Amino acid sequence: MTAGRRSIAGAWPALLVALALVGLWQLAASSGALADALGLEPFLVPSPAEIGESLWEDRGLLAENAWVTLIEVLLGFAAAVALGIATAVALHLSPLLRRVSYPLVIASQTIPVIVIAPVLVVWFGFGIGPKVAIIALICFFPIAVNTLDGLGTVPAEQRLLMRSLGAGRLRLLTLVEAPTAVPFALSGAKIAAAVAVIGAVFGEWAGATEGLGHLMLIDNAQLEVARLFAAIVWLSAIAIALFACLSLIERRIAWWGEPVKAGERGGER
Amino acid sequence: MAGVEHRYGPTEVLAGIDLEVAGGETLALVGPSGCGKSTLLELIGGLRPLQAGTIAIGGTTAAAARTAASTWMPQRDLLLPWASAADNAALALRARGGGRAEARRHASRLLEHVGLGGFAAALPHELSGGMRQRVAFARTLLAGTPVLLLDEPFAALDAITRGELQAWLVRTLAEERRTTVLVTHDVEEALYVGDRVALMTRRPARVTALIDVPPAPAGASRAEAISDPAFVAARADALRALEEA
Repeated sequence: MTAGRRSIAGAWPALLVALALVGLWQLAASSGALADALGLEPFLVPSPAEIGESLWEDRGLLAENAWVTLIEVLLGFAAAVALGIATAVALHLSPLLRRVSYPLVIASQTIPVIVIAPVLVVWFGFGIGPKVAIIALICFFPIAVNTLDGLGTVPAEQRLLMRSLGAGRLRLLTLVEAPTAVPFALSGAKIAAAVAVIGAVFGEWAGATEGLGHLMLIDNAQLEVARLFAAIVWLSAIAIALFACLSLIERRIAWWGEPVKAGERGGER
Repeated sequence: MAGVEHRYGPTEVLAGIDLEVAGGETLALVGPSGCGKSTLLELIGGLRPLQAGTIAIGGTTAAAARTAASTWMPQRDLLLPWASAADNAALALRARGGGRAEARRHASRLLEHVGLGGFAAALPHELSGGMRQRVAFARTLLAGTPVLLLDEPFAALDAITRGELQAWLVRTLAEERRTTVLVTHDVEEALYVGDRVALMTRRPARVTALIDVPPAPAGASRAEAISDPAFVAARADALRALEEA
């Protein structure tokens, strides 16, 4: 409760800065100064008011496409969470597997999504499948790596204690290592949430008939710049909402992560 | 145990340790820092591979059997920050496959017994250092093994709390009748808590002296016990022996 109020109070300066920037943008765009400076026709440089207008007037179209993208993001993200955690646990339990396949996990992140996206569309068609796969591919890495790191942070002394108490490998994992890794996994998931929408856009650009990314392509071609920006606003809103949900979960179930990291435990000695 | 030796790489840590602990007895191991006391404790508990010599608990020498028959309590309490005091103590039962509710019930009862009845639901960061150490000790007791291996359990506490917990440990061990090996660098703690005290030398460590602790006057408090003339004399002897070692 206090933490929530504090975070709202702490958000004021950021909000003021954002408002000031939007205000400046509005002034620069509506006076034509921004378009002049960029050497562009004024209709190509929308003001925040025009974007707001588009958000309202095209709300049906935007919401429809945002819904499509949201479903893609949620499915891809969920797949990444399941795969990422399963991979982390497998690599953690088997040093051999870790040695053999950790490079592959890293390689998964080096695949240029923008290149692989059209290939996936060729393979799997214009449906939701390729989008979900691309989002999962992008989100997989931060979740898997963070969870794996988290599982490995249990000190040797704690492992020894569990052994002394008679715990086998599985109980060490479920009673100590898994809960220890939860805050780490959530950190990874938060990073993944922020990049998930980028994956969705790439996926839709490679071939789609609906979704925010698809709408952006159309807007771009038709020079509907205000609506293009409006689509970006929706896209950001999806990412922020997903991020906020994860932060909420973090505060509810992984509250110990912060006090311990902040040295509340270390402070005693 | 007989002829126990241990080295870390080229460093010889333990040079032939022979010790015997009777059932129900508390043996305190005292020695300078880094002399290998902790290593010896981990060897007894089967938590570290034995390099030379034999260690038996109740006639069994296999490391796994020694792990099953003993419970190790390190200096750091190692309480899980997300689990309540009861759940932390209950870890000893759950580690061996006990159900959560059942383990928690046993743990809560034991916490009451160690004077933490009102704190079963408290989280580690809400407890003082002494209370946390008592939760860690409850976890050790709850494992139910005949042998307890205590590695400087009070070293991280302030002097007053340490004294209180020593008195508490003596009472608890008297009721529990477990066989206990207590490692400490504090001669007074060793003499007060132990039935016998083994003095160890610097690395490579040997046992230089075994002291039978003079029994404390019946019903004496800790302050009375440690100022008893026999205790004071034993402490002086022990300190002298450690200096010579």
